[in-house]
Amino acid sequence: MVLTRVVLNQADIDRALTRIAHEILEANKGSQDLVLLGIPRRGYPLAVRLAAKIAAADPTVDAAAIVGQLDVTMFRDDLSHQPTRPPYPTQLPRTGIDNKVVVLIDDVLYSGRTIRAALDALIDLGRPRIVRLAVLIDRGHRELPIRADHVGKNLPTSSSEKVRVRLEETDSAGGGATDGAPDGAPVNEVVIEATA
Amino acid sequence: MRHLLSTEDLSLHNAIRILDTAEEMAAVGEREVKKLPALRGRTVVNLFFEDSTRTRISFEAAAKRLSADVINFAAKGSSVSKGESLKDTAQTLAAMGADAVVIRHWASGAPHRLAATDWIDAAVINAGDGTHEHPTQALLDAFTMRRHWSKLAGTPSAGADLKGMRVAIAGDVLHSRVARSNVWLLRTLGAEVTLVAPPTLLPIGVEKWPCAVSFDLDETLAQGVDAMMMLRVQGERMNASFFPTTREYSRRWGFDDNRLRALDSLGLKDTIIMHPGPMNRGLEISAAAADSPRSTVLAQVRNGVSVRMAALYLLLSGENREPAVAPVSAPASASAAASAAHAAIPNLTYSHQESH
Repeated sequence: MVLTRVVLNQADIDRALTRIAHEILEANKGSQDLVLLGIPRRGYPLAVRLAAKIAAADPTVDAAAIVGQLDVTMFRDDLSHQPTRPPYPTQLPRTGIDNKVVVLIDDVLYSGRTIRAALDALIDLGRPRIVRLAVLIDRGHRELPIRADHVGKNLPTSSSEKVRVRLEETDSAGGGATDGAPDGAPVNEVVIEATA
Repeated sequence: MRHLLSTEDLSLHNAIRILDTAEEMAAVGEREVKKLPALRGRTVVNLFFEDSTRTRISFEAAAKRLSADVINFAAKGSSVSKGESLKDTAQTLAAMGADAVVIRHWASGAPHRLAATDWIDAAVINAGDGTHEHPTQALLDAFTMRRHWSKLAGTPSAGADLKGMRVAIAGDVLHSRVARSNVWLLRTLGAEVTLVAPPTLLPIGVEKWPCAVSFDLDETLAQGVDAMMMLRVQGERMNASFFPTTREYSRRWGFDDNRLRALDSLGLKDTIIMHPGPMNRGLEISAAAADSPRSTVLAQVRNGVSVRMAALYLLLSGENREPAVAPVSAPASASAAASAAHAAIPNLTYSHQESH
């Protein structure tokens, strides 16, 4: 039997993203050279939401011009231990990433291996001036020396639990979900699933 | 998928998956660092029993862009010319630790044989066998067509098929593995295929293929064609007289300057002209047609690398590499070997696992 517990609802996610957006602007002392790169699948919609919030806070920013998607599939270290993963598109903002302040965005930070892969993928695409990391959930259990600069919520978990982030962009019935078939479960919330 | 042997038994799901993955691989070719670490430490052997330049180079470039190690093996100048059998060659490569074998062979069915036996536990990719199949060529043709077709429709090509596209394939169908692979794949993708050839260059049983057959190129063009694929007249396989003279062939079945002009007068402004190469300029395709803006010959070569990267990636990454096929103790008959190969191919389901 699977026990699920909602840890962030829609309003919580929204507040966390608003705070992270302002933290990013504060840490960068403005919107100068900012590029937000979301990691598929759920990091990308979060990056789009963050870009919109940054644009709302700083009217000189064009949200669509600073957001992109960075696929890390080919750089993973577990390719040969997992079922074959089809790659997702990598789309960089037109300005590129050279000499930019790149903020990587993902939904859940766990072992840190995805971020390691993302750093490798990034280096092959250019040379950012600074790379930062923003995540919605930090659930601990790091296996690499990686930490997030901006965290929506620190969530102490057991490694037997699963943290699921459901976003309307990726997990609603019309959202084209390919993994975890759309089952009509509520979206825009973060749940912990524990097997009892 | 464990092997890529033919397009006849390639499901729509897997075909689209290869094409979609190739779409992402194509983006790598436009980057500054044209390399991915996905297949680091894997060994790909190019096993070529027949002459080939572009297919071998294309596979080599694809494997190298994925960081795999590449060993090129040409039958000329190797122990094969001293009489070594396919089995011994395969076992030698297995002992060297090959993870994938890209094989081109003059005998139809050689890749199936390699895949169905326990000679070598590696992914087998058919790079052309006899007059049977050449699946990666068909996939790169379909990729080229899909990009064109999606561009016309103004939709993204990822996930799309070729429903409604009218494709004519003209020339030496009898000897062409490219034509065979294309007929099966294009049928799977939903395109309407017409083969155009002199009756002497059509195989027996072509009426059972899932395509239309025409003997008149002009008539086919007049009915409307979205992609015109010319096949190479295979001089090296022309050991009987299939047509009286090359001049007559060129006039009746070649894509010459008159037919190029006819495309404009027929209002077919978006028709592309394809050729798998190498071209016999002036025979099956005129220089003007080959160099016209309609020609996709070079795009096909470029797309070939992307499609082969996709095939190598999908076959070689992932844990779903089942253990070797159960040892075949007695020499299996050809049909048993073939059915074993079919059983080994589809591993269609994959799950995208959650990981953070």
